[in-house]
Amino acid sequence: MHVVDGALSNEVVIAGGAIAVAGIGWGLRNLDMEKIPAAGVLSATFFLASLVHVPVGPSSVHLIMNGLAGLVLGWAAFPALFIGLLLQAVFFGFGGITVLGVNTVAIALPAVLVGVVCRRGAAGASPRTAALWGGVAGGGAILLTGLLVALALALSGDAFLPAAKLVVLAHLPVMVVEALLCAAAVGLVRRVKPELFGVVSSGRGVAAHA
Amino acid sequence: MAGGGGKVRTLDPRGRIVAVALFAVVVVSLDDLAVLAASVGIAMVPFLFARLPMIRTLKRVAAMDGFIVLLLLMLPFTTPGETWFALGPLVATREGGVLAIGIALKANAVMLALLSLVGTIEATALGHALHRLRLPETLVHLLLFTVRYIEVLRREHATLRQAMTARGFRMRADLHTYRSIGYLLGMMLVRSLERSERILGAMKCRGFQGRFHLLGVFRWRRRDTWFVALTLAVLAGLVILEHRHGLPA
Repeated sequence: MHVVDGALSNEVVIAGGAIAVAGIGWGLRNLDMEKIPAAGVLSATFFLASLVHVPVGPSSVHLIMNGLAGLVLGWAAFPALFIGLLLQAVFFGFGGITVLGVNTVAIALPAVLVGVVCRRGAAGASPRTAALWGGVAGGGAILLTGLLVALALALSGDAFLPAAKLVVLAHLPVMVVEALLCAAAVGLVRRVKPELFGVVSSGRGVAAHA
Repeated sequence: MAGGGGKVRTLDPRGRIVAVALFAVVVVSLDDLAVLAASVGIAMVPFLFARLPMIRTLKRVAAMDGFIVLLLLMLPFTTPGETWFALGPLVATREGGVLAIGIALKANAVMLALLSLVGTIEATALGHALHRLRLPETLVHLLLFTVRYIEVLRREHATLRQAMTARGFRMRADLHTYRSIGYLLGMMLVRSLERSERILGAMKCRGFQGRFHLLGVFRWRRRDTWFVALTLAVLAGLVILEHRHGLPA
């Protein structure tokens, strides 16, 4: 979900902005020009994935896929997901400007964290274990996103506490769906092109695989 | 992606970005409902000049995330304060109502200004303008590559989806759907990476040596200075109004 302008307290907005700037800066540090085409094309893929709606029960949700982004992009997920949010705000009117930092942290920080924890597993021995770790990454990232949004709301005032709890509940079905999707995607990538999990995030350039 | 433009197009993108950023920061810091309503009115001005498709844009502005709408509806009932009205056992407070209406006005004012002044900048020009505004070069190139390939990959996604539909695939809330869409996304990642290898190969073939050149040319004219000055004056007016009008509340 995208928090809108004006909903959060100044402290939360400023803290979110500062963490986002630090994360984006760290993500760019490892991104030399040779990796920009790969990172850009993957970033566009995740932008499109976020426009896909899948049915859940009687309703439908749009995907976030930040867990998969973390596995594929590592720290580069920070700038890549920031650009996705920027484009969504500017051209589609989702979210806002002053909350761009908070929204970026809520989506990109979980991506980076599950990327660090699950990458080894997702590139692992068999496609089956890879898929399992993919599921953990996909579900875990959404759970963390829900918790971070809830935290941002809860820190903005006691009036937001019930809404904060609701945010976490609302993310639970999405968590299950994204875990399943991410498991399938990682299982497939592990079988077809396992080096995908290291192209942008590792020290080597794309050329090494070409 | 960007539609419309109208008279807004003739202003320098850098001035438009700066103006919207300042507008957002000021509007978010306001509290008085009358002043906030005035800022929505002010945001309507560039919106009318931008000649955006009216209905579609207003729908986008109004259709905030479903959850945010729910949050705003809950606020009157979760904020302590003076009773406004009661719905059965639930008591809404005036303070909560003011808070919720304030957030809705702020979000809509900023979004109107953003869509009409920045949303009308062509995506590539947006990248160049952000570079001139000191955004790191790597981030700008990442933005430009992303923008360039969204449309290409959207078509590829449509092709893959068509192939699935031709084989009888229909979206349902079941495991088969989730697995199939997961495979679709995984396949798109694999194809994207292979595409990026071809792109880099083609770039090297044309003499790429690890450096891109940003060639966007902007011309700052007198009307751009006037536009930024006017924005500053209006924002100062809003802040003064807030202090005059808002203090007794």
